[in-house]
Amino acid sequence: MAEPILLEMRGVKIEGQTGPDWLPIIKGVDLTLRKGEVLGLIGESGAGKSTLGLAAMGYKRGGCRISGGSIKFDGQELVGATRNDLRALRGRRIAYVAQSAAASFNPAHNLIDQFSEGPMIHGLADRSTSQAEAVALYDAVQLPEPRTIGFRYPHQVSGGQLQRAMTAMAMACKPDLIVFDEPTTALDVTTQIEVLAAIRKAVSELGTAAIYITHDLAVVAQMADRIMVLRYGNLVEEADTRRMLSAPQEAYTKSLWSVRTFEATPKPASDPAPLLQVENVTAAYGDLTVLHDISTKVQTGRTVAVVGESGSGKSTLARAITGLLPPKQGRIVMDGKALAPDFRRRGKDDLRAIQMIYQIPDTALNPRQTVAQILARPARFFTGLSGKALQDRVDDLLALIDLEPGVFRSRLPGELSGGQKQRIGIARALAAEPRLIICDEVTSALDQLVAEGILRLLDRLQQELDLSYLFITHDLATVRAVADSVVVMQYGKVVEDGPKAQVFSPPHDPYTELLLSSVPDMDPDWLTRTLEARG
Amino acid sequence: MSDPIDTMVDQAPLPIDTETKLRRFWRLLKAAPLSVWFSLVVLACYAVLVVFAGVIAPFPETEIVAGSFLPASAEHPMGTDALGRDFLSRMIYAAQNTVLIAIVTTLISFTIGGFLGLLAATLGGWLDQGLGRAVDVLMAIPPLIFALLLLSIFGTSTLNLILIIALVDATRVFRMARAVAMGVVVMEYVEAALLRGEGLLWTVTREVLPNTIAPLMAEFGLRFCFVFLTISALSFLGLGIQPPAADWGTMVRENAALISFGEMTPLYPAAAIGLLTICVNFIVDWLLKISSGLKE
Repeated sequence: MAEPILLEMRGVKIEGQTGPDWLPIIKGVDLTLRKGEVLGLIGESGAGKSTLGLAAMGYKRGGCRISGGSIKFDGQELVGATRNDLRALRGRRIAYVAQSAAASFNPAHNLIDQFSEGPMIHGLADRSTSQAEAVALYDAVQLPEPRTIGFRYPHQVSGGQLQRAMTAMAMACKPDLIVFDEPTTALDVTTQIEVLAAIRKAVSELGTAAIYITHDLAVVAQMADRIMVLRYGNLVEEADTRRMLSAPQEAYTKSLWSVRTFEATPKPASDPAPLLQVENVTAAYGDLTVLHDISTKVQTGRTVAVVGESGSGKSTLARAITGLLPPKQGRIVMDGKALAPDFRRRGKDDLRAIQMIYQIPDTALNPRQTVAQILARPARFFTGLSGKALQDRVDDLLALIDLEPGVFRSRLPGELSGGQKQRIGIARALAAEPRLIICDEVTSALDQLVAEGILRLLDRLQQELDLSYLFITHDLATVRAVADSVVVMQYGKVVEDGPKAQVFSPPHDPYTELLLSSVPDMDPDWLTRTLEARG
Repeated sequence: MSDPIDTMVDQAPLPIDTETKLRRFWRLLKAAPLSVWFSLVVLACYAVLVVFAGVIAPFPETEIVAGSFLPASAEHPMGTDALGRDFLSRMIYAAQNTVLIAIVTTLISFTIGGFLGLLAATLGGWLDQGLGRAVDVLMAIPPLIFALLLLSIFGTSTLNLILIIALVDATRVFRMARAVAMGVVVMEYVEAALLRGEGLLWTVTREVLPNTIAPLMAEFGLRFCFVFLTISALSFLGLGIQPPAADWGTMVRENAALISFGEMTPLYPAAAIGLLTICVNFIVDWLLKISSGLKE
């Protein structure tokens, strides 16, 4: 720890404007970063980790202000620094890598031109020199064909490649500090591991200091030398990575660490009759065939998890089952009866039996309807209740999802937290009294603690109501927690299908093996070990 | 059994806005800029004139009460027109004629255009294509020429005037409503409604319409101004509101020549049109601003 201090924050306070009031976002946080050190910032959404990360560049989002404290970068005070002073630092000495590379690149220019922008603006290099450096850095972040890939446009490379190109771009001026804001959150596990490896290699080779922001503990364990846990704009705990992982001190940190221990209630060993059977389903969007001859089944009262990376066709399978995308071939059999391919041709009872819960609760609930309206409509539509009986049913549904009816009945979705919204989404599905609920990535948009609450709730409801779930997810931790059997999909085909214990224990299909080994462990040596094992 | 921290995270009541919609509106109104307050006062004056035209106007609308082209005097504050009718009284009656027609026309154009637009967005397919191309054809013809053409075919009654302007305007409203609704119909709550077998009318009015209402309201204010200008323009060309009924457009035309004699008579109705347009736009701009700010 003899390295000199690069970034020093003292009592930083940041406030955000809501209406006429300023509400605190960061409530006085201290942060010290030495040269070449990687600091992990973790916390749930709303903890203020992105705001703090941006403050390291002296930047605040629109509607925010830094209301106190000091931010010193290499001895220079950033709070109250002039625009020109900040401009001289940003890109040159402090760089930023955003979560969504796709939204951060300008789609109208090729990668290498955007790479050269920084060095040219800061007068470090001319175009040809910086292009030569780009090739070297593209090589360092392990992009394929480093010589030519820069001349492609953002839409011509994959998401993981784009994220690596952005990391290379952040390094263009050889900055002293890079702020990584959830750089792998939007990526599949198999892509994530490549990006993590590339970032770690590049950072250590150039001796750059980094602030690595994420909500994923296993990821931060691979990347950071030291971890800071934030909650509600306060620092909860700070320690070296290994000590933090082995001996967390605060109750909140411990709860974060224990999240991944949830296990669904074990089911009896019997082999219940199949409720839903998918028989040789082939489906296509126009000429593009997305599902190839899919067959699987869901048993009554059991959970089937469908896993695969983005583009594997798992959401399309849900659309085929619900009838939104009528299959070209094959059929969907529910309880021994073949369903009409198109949902418009299905009867009310068929529609009622299969309900959906969506990934993003914000778009799944009508923002102009109150919770009571959202729940009452399907209850009335399917069960014909009205008046007092309908109101009681709404209250029962709210009680079922652990929300106090008196408090939540008259609220609009905008007045609910993410987890509460997702609970309302579950209650809306329950209102129809379905047999099968299709859960489409229901926990992906939620923080880990909240997600665990949702999984617990779904598990309890399954016990109480004898529900069957088709659980679509890309997150293998979720699969381990909830599934009775697992369907692994790749390129629209079923790679493996069987009971969880069988799919998750060797020998694996090669793709399942790749998928399983790409999920980070909470062990700081996991990345190194995995990369070595893969050669 | 649920984890204590989980319960805390997920069930902590959020700070909820307890103020009613009316109170919130009042709070926002109090913070509104001067232009909005000015516009509200002006609109209130217009409203009083429209409602109580018969009581306020000193002379009847079409009666000849004095010599022609009298200059302003105590009895006739704006003088008289070519036939000797009191100009001030005609200004007041014109407010009633023009504004009422504009409101009715805008309502009709929004009912037709808005409903079809939402329907086209929700259903998609051939209906969307059919309506879209039909509207393209109508929009390809310059609106004023199109209105003139229809008016000369069907005659210049007030009813025809309203229907024709409403039709021409409905094409723009259709475009707007469809574009806004396209962003709403892809939402999963609409999918959920369709998947549970809800009827089309229910889906459109309960799921789609409430989420498109804010931009549509703003468009309503703007369209109202345009209708108003169209009527004035048509009247100026002699195909709008027919004499002897008073309206501002006609009054500009009839007295336009006076401007070369240093008379400001034609400027009064022109100013009345301009002022109303500006004030409505001020308020619409403000409504747009606060509704986008409230959308969370």
